[in-house]
Order: sequence, then structure tokens, then C-alpha cells
Amino acid sequence: MSKAHGPLADRPERAAVGLAVSHESADEHVTGAALYTQDLAGRTLGTLHAWPVQAPHAHARVTGLRTDAAYQVPGVVRVLTADDVPGLNDAGEKHDEPLFPGEVMYYGHAICWVLGETLEAARQGTEAVEASYEPLPALITVHDAIRAGSYQGHQRTVSRGDAAAALERAAYRFSGELEIGGQEHFYLETQAALALVDESGQIFVQSSTQHPSETQDIVAHVLGLPAHQVTVQCLRMGGGFGGKEFQPHGLAAVAALGATLTGRPVSLRLNRTQDITMTGKRHPFFATWEAGFDEDKRLCALRATLTSNGGWSLDLSEPVLARALCHIDNAYWIGDIEVTGRVAKTNRASNTAFRGFGGPQGMIVVEDILGRCAPALGVEPHELRHRNFYAPGQATPYGQPVRHAERLEAIWSLLAERSEFGRRQTEVAAFNATHPDVKRGLAMTPVKFGISFNLTAFNQAGALVQVYKDGSVLINHGGTEMGQGLHTKMIQVAATALGVPMSLVRLAPTRTDKVPNTSATAASSGSDLNGGAIKDACDQIRARLATVAADHLGVHPDDVRFGGGVVTGIGFGSGSGGRRIAWADLVRDAYFQRVQLWAAGFYRTAGLHWDAVRMQGEPFKYFAYGAAAAEVEVDGFTGAYRLRRADIVHDVGDSLSPLIDLGQIEGGFVQGVGWLTLEELLWDETDGPHRGRLNTQAASTYKIPSFSEMPPVFNVHLFERATESGVVYGSKAVGEPPLMEAFSVREALRQAVGAFGPPGWSVGLACPSTPEAVYWAVQAARDAPRAGRPVPAYAGV
Amino acid sequence: VAEPGLVVNGRTRELGEVGGHVTLLEWLRASGLTGAKEGCAEGECGACAVLVAREDVHGDGCQDDRRHGNGRGDDRGDGLGSGRGSDRGDGLGNGHGDGQNRTRWVAINACLVPAAAFDQQEVVTAEGLGRPGRLHPVQREMAARGGSQCGYCTPGFICSMAAEYYRPGRRSAASGPSGSSTGDDERGPNGFDLHALSGNLCRCTGYRPIRDAAYALGQPDADDPLLARLAEPAPAAAATVTGSTQGRYVRPASLADALGLLAAEPDARLVAGSTDWGVELNIRHARAALTIGIERIEELREFSVSADRIDIGAALSLSEIEARMVSGSGRVPLLEELFPQFASRLIRNGATLGGNLGTASPIGDAPPVLLALDASLVLASSQGEREVRLDGYFTGYRQSVKRPDELIKTIRIPQPVAPVTAFHKIAKRRFDDISSVAVAYALRLEGGMGGAGQADETGEPRVAAIRIGLGGVAATPLRARAAEDTLTGRPWTREVVEAAAAELARAGTPMSDHRASEAYRIAMLRNSLLKFFAQHQFAQHQSAEHQSAEHQSAEHQSAEHQEARP
Repeated sequence: MSKAHGPLADRPERAAVGLAVSHESADEHVTGAALYTQDLAGRTLGTLHAWPVQAPHAHARVTGLRTDAAYQVPGVVRVLTADDVPGLNDAGEKHDEPLFPGEVMYYGHAICWVLGETLEAARQGTEAVEASYEPLPALITVHDAIRAGSYQGHQRTVSRGDAAAALERAAYRFSGELEIGGQEHFYLETQAALALVDESGQIFVQSSTQHPSETQDIVAHVLGLPAHQVTVQCLRMGGGFGGKEFQPHGLAAVAALGATLTGRPVSLRLNRTQDITMTGKRHPFFATWEAGFDEDKRLCALRATLTSNGGWSLDLSEPVLARALCHIDNAYWIGDIEVTGRVAKTNRASNTAFRGFGGPQGMIVVEDILGRCAPALGVEPHELRHRNFYAPGQATPYGQPVRHAERLEAIWSLLAERSEFGRRQTEVAAFNATHPDVKRGLAMTPVKFGISFNLTAFNQAGALVQVYKDGSVLINHGGTEMGQGLHTKMIQVAATALGVPMSLVRLAPTRTDKVPNTSATAASSGSDLNGGAIKDACDQIRARLATVAADHLGVHPDDVRFGGGVVTGIGFGSGSGGRRIAWADLVRDAYFQRVQLWAAGFYRTAGLHWDAVRMQGEPFKYFAYGAAAAEVEVDGFTGAYRLRRADIVHDVGDSLSPLIDLGQIEGGFVQGVGWLTLEELLWDETDGPHRGRLNTQAASTYKIPSFSEMPPVFNVHLFERATESGVVYGSKAVGEPPLMEAFSVREALRQAVGAFGPPGWSVGLACPSTPEAVYWAVQAARDAPRAGRPVPAYAGV
Repeated sequence: VAEPGLVVNGRTRELGEVGGHVTLLEWLRASGLTGAKEGCAEGECGACAVLVAREDVHGDGCQDDRRHGNGRGDDRGDGLGSGRGSDRGDGLGNGHGDGQNRTRWVAINACLVPAAAFDQQEVVTAEGLGRPGRLHPVQREMAARGGSQCGYCTPGFICSMAAEYYRPGRRSAASGPSGSSTGDDERGPNGFDLHALSGNLCRCTGYRPIRDAAYALGQPDADDPLLARLAEPAPAAAATVTGSTQGRYVRPASLADALGLLAAEPDARLVAGSTDWGVELNIRHARAALTIGIERIEELREFSVSADRIDIGAALSLSEIEARMVSGSGRVPLLEELFPQFASRLIRNGATLGGNLGTASPIGDAPPVLLALDASLVLASSQGEREVRLDGYFTGYRQSVKRPDELIKTIRIPQPVAPVTAFHKIAKRRFDDISSVAVAYALRLEGGMGGAGQADETGEPRVAAIRIGLGGVAATPLRARAAEDTLTGRPWTREVVEAAAAELARAGTPMSDHRASEAYRIAMLRNSLLKFFAQHQFAQHQSAEHQSAEHQSAEHQSAEHQEARP
């Protein structure tokens, strides 16, 4: 039990935080009782359904749009076009994303929407809409854009020292290129919204959104309404992963517009193909680099250019790029560095946030460099990585001290021990020596990931905590639940802060009329921010109750203790009889004394500053650390591979909820494995009639990990004694960082492929490293000259 | 005649005028049962999985002891793999020695099947298994072990997992014949076959907690109503006629009725497992005026084994064929190697060989295997029946010699099947993917250790006969005749195999697409034969070691074969 106003990180005894509890909705999940946005549509009388008219061009002017015939289709109620928009025709906040476009900017771009009594009627209605187009030249790949000089937003550079001079001085110098593939979110629940309008013209939108406040903003500006006339609620999402941070807004606005015009509820749900073709993905990046190593084989110089494919509009491309630039160092000290980033503008769906938010695309560059250079430098890759770790006292290229850098070392050695790395290296070598057509690889990679939104203003949160007269507690906060267990953690935080059992705390769905002006549930920050806000609200309530209790207990309010649903005075333990008061009794007494039993909580992350132009400052509250070891086996005949074992040591501070955190680590890792090895987005890059069409637009052609990608041996260890000061109950964010532990798998593949080649062979590996990509890398290794090869200066990949 | 209706979660509901274009998933969700979700609408994600009561063709006491895996030596048919795990030899597939019809809970993708096909059937959804506060054992394990995060895929996982939970042949650790409780990568100590979940995708968890939940399951309680249901007969098929402005659905009572209907309306869409129909309906928005359900017609569900052939009813699901083969005498190792690689359990519970061949798709996985097995098809129409060889069946992209008024009645595999077989599937993902290249081999050697008759340890074996079936490399499935000719009659040596592999690399007309490049497909054709050769050499080597080990150790028990490695 702790004092009423202890430091944020202090954790009372017998706290609800730290207990390994199941997801708060687990029983509803497993019984099918949990409702998602689309499940509400069938429960809402008179709902209309929306279907888009998707343009069959990557780039075209819409020269005609005739909707008369659609109205002849039985069941069609309304066709929504640009002419219907009373406010701003913009699905974003940068005026570059018209909701009903006059110019088609990507293949499958929705130009108008049909509302029908049934989904079938709406779909048939779209077939009757007559649209004509004037096709225009289309840029599809990042290279198309580079050739055409097609960029958007600001070019940014992170630099320290003199990278050019350091490269000149370097004992070893290499250069290369890396194509980094994108990734479809493939949340199992596709984008969905259900909009209703009430008798006063108030709009209520149920949306599967990570950012209800921004959904509210965009619905309001499309409809030309003030924000107070629009309420957005999110019950829960069937997965988000960043894909519902920005993309839901326009779709919610279409539904809201339809509801406004028809007076009826409007449901809009993208089917899988629509979702994959119309919404943004993880940004593909193209990187060029020059790296220098000193005599001790330390990475002393890096010069790189990162070009992301932003798609047709900016969306979140600039902050994604900023995070990529701020993470190219990963866990490594690089004295002289100059990294420039830019966003290509192309005719594709607008790329967006995805777990890691550019961080993975930055970090993979340095991991690729180390993985490729290690053989040429004659150093084991894990040793080369270890040698380059940040040391305490060093700072990142953007000027932030790397606090707790010693944890890298501690995690690395713990991982080596727990994964039996040394022994298994020997076993892998022995296996490879006797198997000419099958090779194994074993690799370790570290993660350092900055926590906080790069943009300082987003690092705030609100909460509403209400204690009812019977002692039950209802909490609301600005964060959204997408499966990551945020709501579970928030219940644990509230129960801990009020000293009540978790069963007394209920959490109500996220709504913009309960907690306003919220930030996206993103950047792994949901628990840090909203937990801080909930604790603030609970602390206020508890302080008031402490005053009431002090009278009962005959102690000073500072000496009142809350725990286990019982309130006691210091020195009078809960078992001593008499000098204690039950929580519910105290609450009732407080009500009769006219004490306010609810509070709005607020949290702002202290100590952050960031100059987004100079790319300098301290944008992150802290760093999350981790490391992973992975072992793979590659079939030389086909390039097919299996992940045999994965071990992870990860730093979540003092875990708020260990079962939830374990799920985030394992799930993030496997999702990262998908990005790096399996998931491949392929567009029609020909000059044919379907140029710009996504060829992998269904679950049958875009493959996310299944059971076959789960490592059969999968050990995750939470780094211990890791209290993070200044964060709610000493915890750390966990949503994104584990994704990047999957680099270990790609590096293990590189090791296995290398075993097909001569000693010292540097393996270039395409990303994603699909079986075909691995096969070609194996062929290159097998065809490599066997001896007398000089240390190469790398050509392009 | 009763109104079309079905039993859902123990309660009878009217089907209503569903016509032919409403899927079971849409119908359930419109009924307020929103636990089953649409994740992909093409049977790839399993979020829509539900349980249906089907006839158990397997048998209570039969241990499904077959090993899954790609190219395991013990499935190769080299004489070691056959005859294991069989405790009944009738081979007729009636399932039970006592002749009693029993039920099995089978998980299927509700997004792929017409609701009308479930007239008079029984369906259980996640809502029907349990509810908050009163969870089913499967739900309890999933909830307690972190098996759900966002929860959207979870009801589907629950249904797939429940089907395996109730599978009669699932071996408990305690009652396993060998007493072993170690399991392996893909089977739990409780006998849970992880492949039962291969058709369910989860984007959140990384699967480990789901696996652990599955492997922690015990046996159903004796008073479990869904367990008790298994002892009763499965619901019989109903002759169904239903229609609306959304097309008609008809389930004929007999083959003659079906053929008559087809003769009258050759444009009708024949539907068996519906695994393709659902995709056409949901993704390509096909709307047939008449849909004819044929999967319950008895003449299309026969399974018989004789000395010279195996006849497989075209409307048996792959799971049913699998069960009948494993429990009967008509084992075909090449098919047994195919099944776990063919889509997912959810799909195999519906998909039929008739459907896989009827679409004449060039990328189906069954045609290469059936080509290697020298299968033929019995085509039936109201004019009569005819038999066509499979290697003359395909005429072009999704085209065949089958007339619009014909349907596939039987797939006929000549016996004995070649002793050395393999199926190589090239795909991005090991579970539930579509192959970019599929190659099936059926090889008969003579004179060597792997050949017929006595082993001749001095001479090289010769290729007496080989058939190689290919998928994914041309507009149709095809046989690699040039490679076959290069091998036939020649010694089974590396040099000959390399020459044949060069021929194989020239087979078909591979293209570049989203699954693979042309160059990779060509390389895979070539390497496939080299791998087949290497696997065979390895298996021979293992077999020799095995035999010498048996001489040395009287206590030797059946050896766990390593995955074949050259």
C-alpha cells in the first residue's frame, strides 16, 4: 500500500498491476459474444449499406460520372458524390486527400459510393454507375518516382559529425542498396463504420478506429459541423496495427454523410479486397548507404538516403519517415552519420502507420549492413553487433542520451545464456558440415526503440473515472482496444490506484464525448499515456476519500491506506478489527458528505522536446530494449525454410500485465517474421491496362503467417528488475518493439544461406526473404568463387 | 413437406427464402449469430468457421496414427509405410464394424457454403458451445492462456479446435497405444493434430498460446451433450428446393434427378464442397440462376477397393477420403502425402476431388497426384456413363472434355500403385497456400534395392515405369512426358536423373506471376527431380540401416524416421 500521491512508478503491495490476467474481453471473444462495429449493423433497424465505385486506373481524370442508372436498380437509395459534401471534401488534415476525387490517384480509388437497402443492392448499383476516365501517366514504384523527381512533404536529415570525412578515414568501407518491402496490416476485421443521425442533427459514428478524436475531426469537417455535434465511439477493433490510425476517417465520413442525407443508419464495411486495395500499408523503403568501419571493426561512419514510397497523399508519411531516420542507429553507436530521408509520391494507396511506424524500416538498414559486412570483416555477426553497442553516456545521432544503455549488454548476455547460443552454434556448424543440401543458421539481433510520439503535442491523454454510490467504478479513457490488452491494463491500473478488486472496475467503450481531444492509440504509448491519466483521476478521488476516511479512522489523511477493497490507517492493519472501513461504506459516506466521487484525469509526458526541422532533441521518454535469437533451416533445392526455434529477452519495465505483454512480444515477433519473410505486395508494374493494380489483393495471394511460421520452440523472457521511473507503475511500452526482434530470423536466414557458399561470402538477401528470394541467394552463394576472393566493395544488391 | 429449416445451437430455425446466393455465414449473421465473422470471404482465414454434424466415416476405435509432414520417409510407400494404423480392413468406408451410423463434428468455412445446403442439418457456432460465465472446455483454455487478443478470429478458432477436441480418433496421452506423451511439433501430447487449425489465421498472437491451449485440452466429459450427439446418426440429406429472386438452390434426391436437372439446365452450377462456389460468389460476384447441391448423392459418395483399382466417389470430401483410406485397406501413400498439404482442414472438410477436377484449374494440387497415379474419371450424364483417362481430360485453361450435361461420378485409381511416390509442393507458406509449382511422382524400380522382387545389392536399379504429374506450369495440369521418357528403362542413377531433370525444366510453359517468377518455376521443376532422387537415396539408406538395426536389437520398436535429408 502506498501513499496517496506517490511517484508514478511506485507500485503498492498486492497491486492488481503485475498480475497475469487474461484479456478483459477473453470470455466474450471465445464465445462470440464480443461485438465489433459490423456486428452492430445487423442490430440496427433500417440500416443502409455502402459499396464503392472503384476506378480501374492508377491515374486518371474523371471526365464523367452518371448515376441515374444506379437509381433504377431495386434497393438503391442514394449515390454519394462530391456534390453532396456540405463541408470540406478531404479525408485527411493536409488538404491533399479528397474524399470524392475528381482525379483518380491509384488503382481502385473510390470515386463515389452507392447506398442500398442491402449490400447486394448497393453493389449492383455501383455496376450501373457510368464513369468515364482520361487515363494519365502513373508512377508505381519508388524508382519511378525518383526518376520523375516526384516527392511530397519535407526532406529531412539527421546528422552528427562529418560522415564524409569519417568515411574517407575508415579502415574498411562498404556501400550498398536495400529494397524494403511494405506490409499489409491484414487486421482480421476490415475497416468498418456505422453512422446514425439523431433528432437534433447530432452524428453518432461507431468506428473501428485507433484515433476516435481524429475520426471525429474529419467527419465534422466533411459535414461542415463543429466537433461537438459529432460523437465517435469505438467498442473494440478486430486488430489495428496502425492501419486504423488514419485510414478509418474518410470511411466514417462517407457513412456519416450518407446518414445525414438519408436520415437512416449507414453501415460501411470494406470487404477484404476493397480493404487491401483502398487502404495504406507499411511504407516500402529504398535505402542507399555507405558505411565505414575502423581498425577495430567498429561502425564509425554511415551515410545513407532513405526514400519511402508514400503513395498518393502524405497521410502519416512524414512522421513515419522521421521515426525511420531516428532509428537507423538501432542499438549501435555511430560517431559520424548523415542520413537523409524523403517521401516519394506515387500512384498507390496512401501508405500509413504500421506497428513500428518507420522504425523497422530504419533499423533494418543497419542490421542489413552489419549482416552483410560481418563476413567481409571476418567477424562473427553477433560479435560485430555486440562490439558496436551503445555504451552508457553516449547519445543518439539526434542528440538524445541513451539512458540505460547498459541494459543492451545485460539483455544480450542473458539471451546468449538462455538460448544456449554457443552450444547451438557448434551444433549448427556440425549439421551444416554433413548436409550439402540443407543448411541451418543461427543469429542474434538487438532492439532499441524510442517510446513517445515524435510530435511532442501528441504525448497527452485524458481519462474519466467515476465511482458510483455502491462503490463500483466505471472508467473511460482516450485509448482504444485493438487486441493489445490496453483496456485490461487500464482496469489493473485503476484497481491498483483505488485499492479495489478488479471486479469492481468496469471499463466503458472509448467515446469522444467522454474524453475529448485524445491522441491516437499508437506509438506503443497507450498504456503510458492513458494509464497516467487514469491514475491521475484515481489519485484525485482517493485523496478526497482519504479525507473522509481520516475522520473515521482517527488518522491524518496522509496516513490512510487503500488496498483490497478496504481502507485502513497506517499502523492499523486490515486484520486488526475496528480501525478499518470497507471501500463501499467509505464511498457511501463520502456521497452523503457531498464529496465529488468522479474525476477527470490528465497526463502529459514530461521532459520531451523535438525540433522537427533540425531533427534534434529528446523526443522519447525512454527506450525499450530487447534481443532475439533465431534458428532456421533452409532447403537448398527450393529455398523453403523453417523457423526452428526463437528466444527473446525483452524489457517491458515492471510489467503491468505479464500475460498481455507476453502476447504482445510473441505476436509482434511473428508479425515481424511475416513482414521480413513471407508477406509480399506485388503491383502490376507493366504498361498494360492494369498498371498499378495490386496483384496480391486477397488472403489467397497475400500470405500472412499461419501456424507453420510459429517457431515450435518459442521462449520469451521478460527482463527483470527493470523499473522505469516516471512511467505508470514502473512499466514500459510493449506494442511495437518486439516486431523488430524478427530481424533475428532474417539474419539467421542469411547465415544459413552463407553456409552454402565459401567462407567469407557476403549474402545479399531480398526483403521480404521469401523462399524464392532465399533460393536465389543460395544459388548466388553456391556459384560464388571458392577461394582467393578479396574483401569486396559492395555493388548494388 | 416441411419448411426448409435447420438446427442451430440446438434450436430449430426456418431457413426462409434464401435462394442460391446466400452463404451460411450471411444467414447466421442475419439471424443475430454474429460470432462467426467474415475475414476474407474466400475460405483462407477461418474466422467464419462453424461446426456441422456429419456422418462419421472413420470409426470410434481407430487411431489416426498417420504422420503429417512434407516428404517424410514413412509416407513414401517403400514398403515400410503401408498397413500401419489400420484396425479395420473392410475398406468400404462404412465406418463402423457394427454398421451403425454415427456423427462427427466437422468444422467448415461458413462463408463458402450456401445456407440452403443446410436444410435439415445441425450447426453449432461459438455461441452454442458456451457463453461468458459458462465456457466450453475449448473456450476456457483459449481464454485462460491468452489465446485471444483482438478476438475477431477467435470464434472460428474455437470451432476448429472443438472439432478436433471431439474427434473420435484423437489419442489421449494416457490411452495412446505406445504410451508416448511426447507429441511432436505438430501434434500435442493429447493427440491434438495442429493441422486441424491450419485454416485459421490469427494476426495478433503469433499462435503459441493457441497451440498451448489446444495441447492442454483433456477429453470431453461423459455428460457433454456434443459428445453424446456423436453416438447418434448424423442428419440425413434432405431433398431441398428453395428459391427467391436471388436464384434457386436444389438438392436432388438421387443421381438420376441431378442428371435430369443438369440435362434440362446445363448452365446450372454444380456444387459439392462449395469451396470454389463460395469464392466465385463472394469475390467474383457470380450469381447462378440454378445451383445444384450434389455432395450428398449416394452414388457420388461410394468408396471401394478391389485388387485392380480404387474407386473414389467424386463428392466425398478430402477429409472423408483421408479417413477411409487410413482406416481401410486402400491406402495410397501419395494421396496421404498430398492431403495435409492440400489447403487446410477447413477446406478439406468440404473440398472434393470431383470439384478440384471439375474446375480444371491448372493450380489444383490433386491433378498432378492423380496424373502420377494414372487415374481415370467416370463421367455421368443422363445419356449414360463413360470413362476418360485423366491425362486426356484437360483441354485448356479451366477446360476439359467434360460436357456441360455431365458430372464427375468417380475417380478411379488403378492398383497396385507404384511403390515409390512423392509430392512436392512449392509455395510461400507451408500451411494452406496455393502452389506455384506442384510435382507428383509415381515410380517403379526393378532390379535394385527399391524395386520389386528381391533386392539386388550388386546392380543399379532401373526405372521400370515413372509418371510425373505437374501443376502450376501450364494452362492445364500435365504429365512431364519428356522427363518420363528419359528415365524409363534407364538406370536410376544421378547422371540419368540429371538428364531427366533438364528435360523436366523444359516442361510446360511457366509464367511469372504473384506466386513465383518464371525462372523460379523452371528451377523448381528441375530441382524437384533432383530432390526426389536424393530423398529416395536417403530413404534407401535409412531403410538399410533400419534393417541392420533390427537385426541387432530385438527390443527395437518402429523407428521414427527423420525427415528425408539427402
